Amino acid sequence: MSADTAVPAAPATGAPALLPEDADQWTARVRRRAVGAFPPERLLPDRQPAYVASWIYVFGVLTLTSLVVVLLSGAVLALEGPSWWHQSSVGLFVNSTHLWSVELFFFFMVVHLWGKFFMAAWRGRRRATWVTGVVAFLVSIGTAFTGYLSQQNFDSQWIGTQAKDGINATGAGAFFNVLNFGQMLMWHILLLPLVLGLFVVVHVLLVRKRGVVPPFPAKPAVVPALATEVAPVPSAAAAADEEIGEQR
Amino acid sequence: MPILSADQAASRVFGAVVNLGKPGTYLHWGFIQLSLANFVLIVVMIAVFLAAILLPFPHRGGPRS
Repeated sequence: MSADTAVPAAPATGAPALLPEDADQWTARVRRRAVGAFPPERLLPDRQPAYVASWIYVFGVLTLTSLVVVLLSGAVLALEGPSWWHQSSVGLFVNSTHLWSVELFFFFMVVHLWGKFFMAAWRGRRRATWVTGVVAFLVSIGTAFTGYLSQQNFDSQWIGTQAKDGINATGAGAFFNVLNFGQMLMWHILLLPLVLGLFVVVHVLLVRKRGVVPPFPAKPAVVPALATEVAPVPSAAAAADEEIGEQR
Repeated sequence: MPILSADQAASRVFGAVVNLGKPGTYLHWGFIQLSLANFVLIVVMIAVFLAAILLPFPHRGGPRS
């Protein structure tokens, strides 16, 4: 489309109307696929299924919230530098905020992991959601590890000198030198957060696409007096999930 | 009695509960070795996990979808 072409606006949204000759452009194709996969009402829903009203479903959001605090406090530390975070009272506070938000991040993530594991959260075409969560967890461990190496104090020196033999024994020491502060800092504040952020975004998008995993349906109940087995009662949540699965 | 600042008071209270001025306490079960602090943390995580499953979730009185 040329810049000087007058395009009439769509009456409902005010956005430019799609001209027939533009329908095959890559921008239109990408837009159609994105809106088809993630319609706005699914991307940011107003309501959740009734079974989500349980504390165990809160820990995913708590993990995300902790991650936001980790990123914000880490950004402030990056702005000010090691002398500030070791010597000034505000720097010590932000440094501690960074540490304790990481502690809470792992705490909430592990409880979230337990909840999803015992719920078999990979059911209903949610394998990719589970796998991206597992990878995000593993990348988080690496990010935290390089964070301990980036403190610029005796603790980071001790951890680095204790870790080097183990890392070298795996062969990874050739390209991952825990005694190289600059390299560890770049892994900690650039490479690993990029990978972690990517997996977290994909994980959350998959949760939105496939929906929150429902609990298991009620187990068959045995009535002792009659010694007969009552057919399992599928929960409304499971029924809704099966319906969604069939639609996809 | 000397007047303490807030962080000094907090340090004294914390120091009365957890003494960080000595080597940490470690638990040994066969080949398993972990610090008491990590053991306490694991117990707290399990307690929070069980509470998250068992405690009722508050909700508004309106119809739930």
